[in-house]
Amino acid sequence: MPLTTGVNEDSGVAPVGGTWNLSPIEWPMSPSEVSSLSHQIEDGDAGRVLALAGRLDADSTGAVWTDLARAVETAPGSIVIHAEKVDYCDGFGAGLLLDLQRRALAKGRALRIEGLQPAFQEMVGAFDPEHYKTLDIGRGAQTSAVTSIGQAATDVVKDLRGFVTFIGELALALIWAVRNPRSVRWKDAIRTAEVAGADALPVVVLVGFLIGFVMAFQSAIPMREYGADVFVASLVGLAMVRELGPIMTAVALAGRSGAAFAAELGTMKVNEEISALTTMGLSPARFLIVPRVIAAVLMTPILTIFANAAGIAGGYIVFISLGHPTVLFQEQLRLYIDMNDLMGGLIKAFVFGMIVAGVGCMRGLQTTTGASAVGRSTTSAVVSSIVIVSLTDGLFSVIYFFLDF
Amino acid sequence: MASHEDTIIQVRNFTAAYGDSVVIDDISFDVHRGEIFVILGGSGCGKSTLLKHMIGLYEPKTGSIAFGGDDIVTARGDKRVEILRRFGVMYQLGALFGSMTLLENVRLPLEEYTDLPPDAMDLIATTKLDLVGLREFAGHMPAEISGGMQKRAAIARAMALDPGILFLDEPSAGLDPITSAELDDLIKRLSRSLQITFVIVTHELPSIYAIANRVIMLDKRVKKIVADGDPNDLRENSDNPWVRQFFNRQAEEHSKP
Ligand SMILES: Nc1ncnc2c1ncn2[C@@H]1O[C@H](COP(=O)(O)OP(=O)(O)O)[C@@H](O)[C@H]1O
Ligand SMILES: [Mg+2]
Repeated sequence: MPLTTGVNEDSGVAPVGGTWNLSPIEWPMSPSEVSSLSHQIEDGDAGRVLALAGRLDADSTGAVWTDLARAVETAPGSIVIHAEKVDYCDGFGAGLLLDLQRRALAKGRALRIEGLQPAFQEMVGAFDPEHYKTLDIGRGAQTSAVTSIGQAATDVVKDLRGFVTFIGELALALIWAVRNPRSVRWKDAIRTAEVAGADALPVVVLVGFLIGFVMAFQSAIPMREYGADVFVASLVGLAMVRELGPIMTAVALAGRSGAAFAAELGTMKVNEEISALTTMGLSPARFLIVPRVIAAVLMTPILTIFANAAGIAGGYIVFISLGHPTVLFQEQLRLYIDMNDLMGGLIKAFVFGMIVAGVGCMRGLQTTTGASAVGRSTTSAVVSSIVIVSLTDGLFSVIYFFLDF
Repeated sequence: MASHEDTIIQVRNFTAAYGDSVVIDDISFDVHRGEIFVILGGSGCGKSTLLKHMIGLYEPKTGSIAFGGDDIVTARGDKRVEILRRFGVMYQLGALFGSMTLLENVRLPLEEYTDLPPDAMDLIATTKLDLVGLREFAGHMPAEISGGMQKRAAIARAMALDPGILFLDEPSAGLDPITSAELDDLIKRLSRSLQITFVIVTHELPSIYAIANRVIMLDKRVKKIVADGDPNDLRENSDNPWVRQFFNRQAEEHSKP
């Protein structure tokens, strides 16, 4: 047991609770105190002699370490270290002497340390050079590219399987919530709704407005050449309502709240709060996920309405500045956008909200251990929800096409 | 008692408060070189608070905390770093960096403060882990080892630069008696062979009797030090009946099978 190596039981142990005998070692007042170490290397009859004098500590050993190590490795025969003049030696000194011993050992040279004060000998003797022939510092072994690719592929499959399981659990929890609305933690849901919904309004409105504005502006220039620039109104309106409004809201939600859910639940997982819930017989899905999903699902369509309105307002400003009257804008929207378009977009928003909240919570619960794990969960929450939202959006396009929606 | 020149930490008229609520009210004491100094008291009496102030994490409401004459409260910049280098700290929960292996945790202060060649840093860091019995775990991440091992690794990291003073916040809490006794042995050995001064917060009476040269006891109600001295001496001779009772009751509990 390394804890007890080299302990000499009768060497000045302070009697418990009795007087405290300080042996005559000089402790440094502070590291700024001059710490000087000098060394001499000589080859004599007895082999190579290394004479050390002064302090062996953190500040002094660095300068001589490489020199001494080389001196030991290049020695023609045995090596003697004269340490009579060493008047201070701490863990760094012990480390240096240990390094010299193990290098001599590796070269098959005999090495003796002479004259080291007994007080320092215990420190140096605590480490057996035999055990330090090699250092296992555990830097991870390199895996080959093929292995990594295979690993990544199985990880994806595992991840998909986890996702399917999670959808099942989430669906069960939501059905339970519909059946027992009184047991849902509405307070949490409302608090989350405020943070995920109301607080997200400024950014959603800003981004929606800019998208509408830029889209109108960029398309107006070529369309004007064909005299088709009145259609800017319906283009912006339709694109916002059917596609960009819901998608953009979902992306904003993923960045703000999906990430937050993953971090919250991930930290709870790391602190074993999730385990505590489970052992209290409370289901993390019902207790933590249901309120968040409900909040997100209710807020996303509302945010989407605001995003749509802001985008259309952006398009309107471009439209007016092209010299067209407001009535024409209204007429265009009335002609080309109907209730189906609006509802189709809002249904998507509803589903996107569920995906973003669900994936955020799932990644949070999948957190392994350690602070960096929470960071990884947060990142993957945002990335996976954006990917899944995009795929789902494609799926919606196909469905709507066949339903002629 | 040790003479005046042996004072290594001097705390004077120290008051700690969170906002308006005073936790420790105007206490003064000295820690002497080579001592194993234990801070004792009921839960919530301000032990961790005192420790965090001593290591300069918080600023006291009033008073000074001096290391060999240098006040950590007022020190800034390089002077402060120089004072901070004189001690190592083991936090109550270990506070190892989760994204680094144990070896990298111990190596970090060496990289920052010494000019050793890289393989010498590995060697020194390995010897520190060896001292706390964790050499085989050098390549493990903190999350992959048990709580008791994390504490030992945290002690190894605190010792990385061979500081003259080690602060330990509840080192044996949550450890099994054997590991805890090993830790006591380690503390005694370091204290003896390197003259390291220890400032330790602990509740474990067996451990206190085994290692402490001096104990101060804080009391939540008066927010002051109610006892100061050798633990065996306090048990027999304290003029505060509450203190005597504390030591004796715990001692009785411990002697039960
Ligand atoms: N960061 C903080 N903010 C406010 N109060 C605190 C803080 N940390 C501790 N306290 C209070 O200070 C008192 C002492 O706490 P602490 O020093 O942690 O006690 P202990 O002796 O158990 O280590 C407690 O009453 C605690 O509530
Ligand atoms: Mg505490």
